[in-house]
Amino acid sequence: MQLVWDWFRWLNDATGINLTIFYDAFDRGRFASGFWMTVKLSAVCIVASMVIGVVGAWIQGSRFRVARTIVYWYIQAFRNTPPLVQLYFFYFGLGALLTGVGGPLVTNVMWAIVSLSFFAGAFNVEIFRAGVEAVPRTTLEAAESLGFSRLQAYVRVVLPLAFRISLPALNNNLVNLVKTTTLAYAIAVPEMLYVSSQIWSDELNVPVMMNVLLVCYFVLVGVLVYLMHRWERAIRVPGFGV
Amino acid sequence: MSGKARGTVLPVILPAGERLARAAMRERSDGTHRLRLRGSHGWALLGAFVLGCGIAQAQSQPESPSILDTLWKWTPLLARGFVFNLAISFIAMAIGTVTGLFLGFAQISLLPPVRKGAWFATHFFRNAPWLVLLFYCMFLLPFQVSVLGVTIPIPDWTKATLGLALPVMANVSEIARGAVQSIPTTQWEAAGSLAFNRRQTLWMIIFPQCIKRMLPPWMNLYAILTMATVLASIVGVNEMMTLTQRALSAENRPGLLLAFYSYVLLWFFVYCYPIARWTVRLEARYAVDQ
Repeated sequence: MQLVWDWFRWLNDATGINLTIFYDAFDRGRFASGFWMTVKLSAVCIVASMVIGVVGAWIQGSRFRVARTIVYWYIQAFRNTPPLVQLYFFYFGLGALLTGVGGPLVTNVMWAIVSLSFFAGAFNVEIFRAGVEAVPRTTLEAAESLGFSRLQAYVRVVLPLAFRISLPALNNNLVNLVKTTTLAYAIAVPEMLYVSSQIWSDELNVPVMMNVLLVCYFVLVGVLVYLMHRWERAIRVPGFGV
Repeated sequence: MSGKARGTVLPVILPAGERLARAAMRERSDGTHRLRLRGSHGWALLGAFVLGCGIAQAQSQPESPSILDTLWKWTPLLARGFVFNLAISFIAMAIGTVTGLFLGFAQISLLPPVRKGAWFATHFFRNAPWLVLLFYCMFLLPFQVSVLGVTIPIPDWTKATLGLALPVMANVSEIARGAVQSIPTTQWEAAGSLAFNRRQTLWMIIFPQCIKRMLPPWMNLYAILTMATVLASIVGVNEMMTLTQRALSAENRPGLLLAFYSYVLLWFFVYCYPIARWTVRLEARYAVDQ
């Protein structure tokens, strides 16, 4: 491994391509933690936004009019405003209200997770709702007539079908969410963009780090898109869609 | 698309699923979600604004000026910021559209290297987050250039404009490619039989038909871009969001936050709402039954 690091040191001496994130142990650690933070942030937000989506879709199908109205306005607010404004609203608006004795109660990482999850969740509610609506009642009735309980019918028949129908739209949204995690930079969450800006201001290698950053995001998003599309094709409902 | 789906093997799936699938495919070719602004959103924003003013008024000291006076005092400055937002959005859209159309037509070129290169460029810029592209242009473009001994300064808002033009270019490229491919191949064949060559066919027959199909996603992209110009505040351009934050810190009254932010959002809403409505109308008018 040392050989590889030394090669990058040599590359800097020979060509001026200063990749400190490889040969400098401190920068390597910083960049790796930034990359890991982006992955963690994306993963946590994906899971949380899907939970919000399922719960929201369930509420929208419920009998309580007040709850339905609240979810409706939640979707409208988060769909039609820029995510940056949402982030500022949570961090500066709600964050200022929730200050405890020893500093803020909720850290900036948590605010980023909350804000981004609600942003993506608003789209997920509509996606899951359309997915569940697409499964006809007769399918549920058929499952019940075969002796499934209501819960079993939902878990084993309706939801798998709904999920398969929802997946293409869900993929678009989740890919968009991963791209939106860069906004966490604005509230100083140490994700990939933020640590890169620290590195380039310390090491003065702006062009090199910019290209590294661009390639990293391209690969990250590209891999996600590729895997999701493969999965989408693998579980697609035969004969449905394009 | 829908024609194929009507004769589906699996007729049990209800129209909600079809609509979702169509929206997902459209989103994939547009590269952005569709804004669906309604009049009620404006009223809700206005409500939030009134509420924010009420909160600020209730929290303020008796001797401090009223909240509406404070807002009015800052309005000329915020308006100057808004002009920057509009300028950035106009120019970025213009540059992005022209380059994007070329890239889009390069994507259907008959020469494999051109086609593959354009495909790669399109997807590279579509997969990169907008903010990263903005940083890229902000930090890598020089602050001035010398042409024949004349030094031309490049202000930071110009760099931000170029940074936002890159993702617009990639999205327009994909919209154009999708539009060209949505034209039935019989059009190409008919033009070929009338002795049009490829370039003539593209410019005189295919492209005019594409404009109708490209207009709704293009306008939607413009509305999204206008809202995305607030990203320039992160890199320190003096646009409306940056100035709002400065005004807030100058006033140093915590209760003002909701009032100011909803005020800014109202400005953007008033500008984007007609565009979004018009997009919906155009789309309904140009809807193609296949």
